[in-house]
Amino acid sequence: MNVSEMDEFIGAFLILIGGIISVISAMGIIRFPDVYTRAHAATKSTTLGVLLSLVGAFIYIWMTENYISVRLVLGIVFVFITAPVSGHLIIRAAYRSKVNMTEDTVEDELKAILDKQTEVH
Amino acid sequence: MKINDVILETVTKIVVFIILTVAVYLFFSGHNSPGGGFIGGLVLASAFVLLLLAFDIETIQKGIPFDFKRVAALGVFIAVTTGLGAIVFGQPFLTQAFSAFNLPYFGETELATITLFEAGVALAVVGVVVSIILSISEDV
Repeated sequence: MNVSEMDEFIGAFLILIGGIISVISAMGIIRFPDVYTRAHAATKSTTLGVLLSLVGAFIYIWMTENYISVRLVLGIVFVFITAPVSGHLIIRAAYRSKVNMTEDTVEDELKAILDKQTEVH
Repeated sequence: MKINDVILETVTKIVVFIILTVAVYLFFSGHNSPGGGFIGGLVLASAFVLLLLAFDIETIQKGIPFDFKRVAALGVFIAVTTGLGAIVFGQPFLTQAFSAFNLPYFGETELATITLFEAGVALAVVGVVVSIILSISEDV
């Protein structure tokens, strides 16, 4: 196996790992009990899966076509910044509209703080 | 109680510049690869829509003091004017021309009049999209 085949293998391997992680995250969305744990599965592992796929595509195109794709770099940075924030906003909207947590929940620290704030105002 | 939106506002301040960069890139790459005035304008409009989501309308209109209906009108005016420019040189309406110039920084560059037409399309798309969003969001 010479160097260029090795680099192609690295790119393809990263894309495969990204796909597997995306499948795991989809299973997490199906199997977790409430919206908060589901968003945990949906944002974290999907972000990692997409990032690994993009990095794999970037390396593959770089090694085979000898072309550095600026669009892929911008996409990596963009997804890395925005995907956790979108998850944060969805969960925040869910909490503020009083979506119930699963019955296994031990502690809700935010509720005490929010109650104290509404008493003051 | 004022809602605390620090995370959304901070990320918006960074991400808007990425979106604007992609919009300019798409606009200028449209001649030889996917892109062009229409989707460049749409991406540019999405940057404005993201700003409107993260902040309020008054702040954005103070920072970007354009009347977006006039931006759309200006875009259509530019597009029609570049079409009429061909008539001045005795060609049919909307005839394109291009030639290579030796610019100081970019070197040998091919400049085409279709870019001006596409700039008109992009401005029209930005103006239409942002004025639609503004007009359906105001009267709630």
